[in-house]
Amino acid sequence: MSRPPVPLHLAVALEGAGWHPAAWREPDARPADLFTARYWADLVAEAERGLLDLVTLEDSLGLQSSVRTGPDGRTDQVRGRLDAVLTAARIAPLTRHIGLVPVAVVTHTEPFHLSKAVATLDHVSSGRAGVQVRVSATPDEAAHFGRRDVPRLPIAELDSPAGRALLDELFGEAADYVEVVRRLWDSWEDDAEIRDVATGRFIDREKLHYIDFEGRHFKVKGPSITPRPPQGQPVVAALAHRTEPFRLVAGSADLGFTTPHDTAQAASIVAEIRSEQERAGRGGETVHVFGDLVVFLDEEPGRAAERRARLDAALAAPHTGDAQVFAGTAAELADLLADFAQAGLTGFRLRPATLPYDLARITRDLVPELQRRGLFRASYQADTLRGLLGLPRPANRYTPA
Amino acid sequence: MSKPVKQIHLAAHFPGVNNTTVWSDPAAGSQIDFSSFVHLARTAERAKFDFLFLAEGLRLREQRGRIHDLDVVGRPDTFTVLAALAGVTDRLGLAGTINSTFNEPYEVARQFASLDHLSDGRAAWNVVTSWDEFTGENFRRGGYLAREDRYARAQQFLAAVRALLDSWHGDEIVADRASGTFLDAPGPGRFDHHVDQFDISGHFNVPRSPQGHPVIFQAGDSEQGREFAASAADAIFTRHGTLDAGKAFYADVKGRLAKYGRTPEQLLILPGVTFVLGDTEADAREKADVIRHQQVSGATAITFVERLWNRDLTAYDPDGPLPDVEPLDDADPIVRGRADANRQDRAETLAQWRAVAEEKKLSIRELVIELTGRQSFIGTPAQVAQELDDFVQADASDGFILAPHLTPGGLDEFVDTVVPLLQERGVFRTEYEGTTLRDHLGLAHPDHPRTAAGAGGARAAS
Ligand SMILES: Cc1cc2nc3c(=O)[nH]c(=O)nc-3n(C[C@H](O)[C@H](O)[C@H](O)COP(=O)(O)O)c2cc1C
Repeated sequence: MSRPPVPLHLAVALEGAGWHPAAWREPDARPADLFTARYWADLVAEAERGLLDLVTLEDSLGLQSSVRTGPDGRTDQVRGRLDAVLTAARIAPLTRHIGLVPVAVVTHTEPFHLSKAVATLDHVSSGRAGVQVRVSATPDEAAHFGRRDVPRLPIAELDSPAGRALLDELFGEAADYVEVVRRLWDSWEDDAEIRDVATGRFIDREKLHYIDFEGRHFKVKGPSITPRPPQGQPVVAALAHRTEPFRLVAGSADLGFTTPHDTAQAASIVAEIRSEQERAGRGGETVHVFGDLVVFLDEEPGRAAERRARLDAALAAPHTGDAQVFAGTAAELADLLADFAQAGLTGFRLRPATLPYDLARITRDLVPELQRRGLFRASYQADTLRGLLGLPRPANRYTPA
Repeated sequence: MSKPVKQIHLAAHFPGVNNTTVWSDPAAGSQIDFSSFVHLARTAERAKFDFLFLAEGLRLREQRGRIHDLDVVGRPDTFTVLAALAGVTDRLGLAGTINSTFNEPYEVARQFASLDHLSDGRAAWNVVTSWDEFTGENFRRGGYLAREDRYARAQQFLAAVRALLDSWHGDEIVADRASGTFLDAPGPGRFDHHVDQFDISGHFNVPRSPQGHPVIFQAGDSEQGREFAASAADAIFTRHGTLDAGKAFYADVKGRLAKYGRTPEQLLILPGVTFVLGDTEADAREKADVIRHQQVSGATAITFVERLWNRDLTAYDPDGPLPDVEPLDDADPIVRGRADANRQDRAETLAQWRAVAEEKKLSIRELVIELTGRQSFIGTPAQVAQELDDFVQADASDGFILAPHLTPGGLDEFVDTVVPLLQERGVFRTEYEGTTLRDHLGLAHPDHPRTAAGAGGARAAS
């Protein structure tokens, strides 16, 4: 090891019965509970027991599918989900330290609504909110709103001129959307509420601001109806696989989730995001770049790979997704994470292949292993998500310096 | 023959963004800290209330072109705070005001279906129709609806949401491990909905929720609003909080139900009301007077008359006589972002105000207090319990949405003193009997159209 260990940040991505499509068939899976608050509360409590920085909750504005272009008609996998922002809010009062980062689609929705929803998640969690913004690029989700046409583009065609034009449009719009959401969070200064009995004024309206955003895609006036959230700016995250979303992460987010399959790829992703960050004038700001891994974890050597093979056997072809799939022991995973960290990743988002099993292996086996190596916290040291991620509480852009 | 005794429904209105809410009192707490919402919700649940109610406005109110700063300003996102409250309560219904102009059915349907799942069947939606361009400036779609189209959109919006919620029947998820069958058939949640406001199709992605549909409230008083409620709502949130107005409204709206094939118990009338309690009647009246003066400061009184005059009256002394100038009828409205903006018949109202002020020798502030401030129920707990009961038994309402003037403790005394008296009278529950809000309100669980014909009242298991 060339450098002294820098503690890692660790997140868990929660999705259905786990990230493997056959996860719901495992003996300890709870497929009948997927639409109950108890199920999600239990999972997040387990993640908090493991002192993790945050959980993300997946979401989409359509049915889950094994293909990118629309519904797949399958009956052997989990379909249907609850709104992630509401699920996060439901869990907030039951947890105390862990960050809650729901996915929210920014293509068909209103930035004004999302801004106050995440601000409110921050209020009800006392400063533990974030949001993972997600672009919707499928015609079927567009048809759920009936307000715009989105062409049907298979992944192979994303690099065609039509594909690039679509991605430029959607990610450009996402950047504007995040800008609006962030301005609205700042549209109330922290001390806007004055309750001045002498003058009868509840607020000092000089400290409330119109955001007057006008972009290519929409205009929004402001101010928000919701006072500035406790963190000032809740954490904005995005999953990124290619240049357009790397630019979104670099220019607009605090946290990017990436999917490198080896350390060289990790280093080049980090380099690309850092250079986009410079270009966006955010060189001095902390932007975390996490690596995503699907994990099967077992302490007994070979057992995780066996489980993976058994689950894959239930499918027509082995499951592969955007992220690398790891199957092994906690010590092996800790080695891998340490290597990836050398390549510049500042943390990891683990996607448990099955729930609750692989989540418990993360919190009960991996976390102690990382702690022994000095790579992970021994207790929560901050009470906001920004605090856990080492992000300062930002000054308000509208407050005179 | 004597009528059967009606049971009263009670709800707690979180103190709103208006001058009913007194923020200047030392006992007034935060309007945004979650602890305030938890306090009110737990108080309401301790007393076995039917539900907690949240209003919503999507643009900060302005007067004279500036953000109105005299009342409480700021509130949380409705869905998010209700979902969080579901985590700290077990039985209390959770009612949110959500606008049908500045939202889309797919999103609203999944938010209410999710809230209903996350609360085990306690969600309610107050469908409001504010349509104005001023509010529209906060949305990417902008303001685009003519006032006369607001209920056409609301009606189509609600129908679309119901179609989405009905797209799952409640029996799709099999989750049979052995055979690897999660769904009974491919492509659940299929919908196709093509009307002039919405041209949508695809698959809804939230399985059927415990209540099937959230309880639907309507708040709006126009002819169209009443008709919309009679055709499609489970309850009306009204402002008719006096006995005579209440009886007239009640008879009017319940009388509209038959033509939609509905019966009177299928639409509850719940006025928003205020109350002041005292050890004696005189004590209560004195407190009520103090509260009215807190609610209507001199500055607030001026803004109030400005809304009628539709012009800047800051130069006038609130403790002096009514302005001698004429109103500006043709000017742009001086106030924006209020549900009740510019709804009065100006000349007639003005004549009435001048007459009252003249007769009783009232200053501007005193007149506004006289005209607007009176709380609905004032007295000892025994008097208030009696009046509430009489009000409901006289068919002026089916219950009340109580709006305390203080956050968060404004309901505590009512719950400790009036509720036990209502329970003693046998007109309010002492325990929750069911688990869902529909159960509390005595409303049927909507059957899915596919099963309605067969299994009768059977409720979809989820
Ligand atoms: C008791 C009551 C409460 C209302 N609460 C709200 C509210 O919280 N938010 C809102 O946007 N509109 C609210 N409204 C406005 C109505 O939903 C409706 O948009 C407006 O009254 C116009 O409809 P109308 O012409 O039928 O009255 C309320 C109306 C009434 C009568």
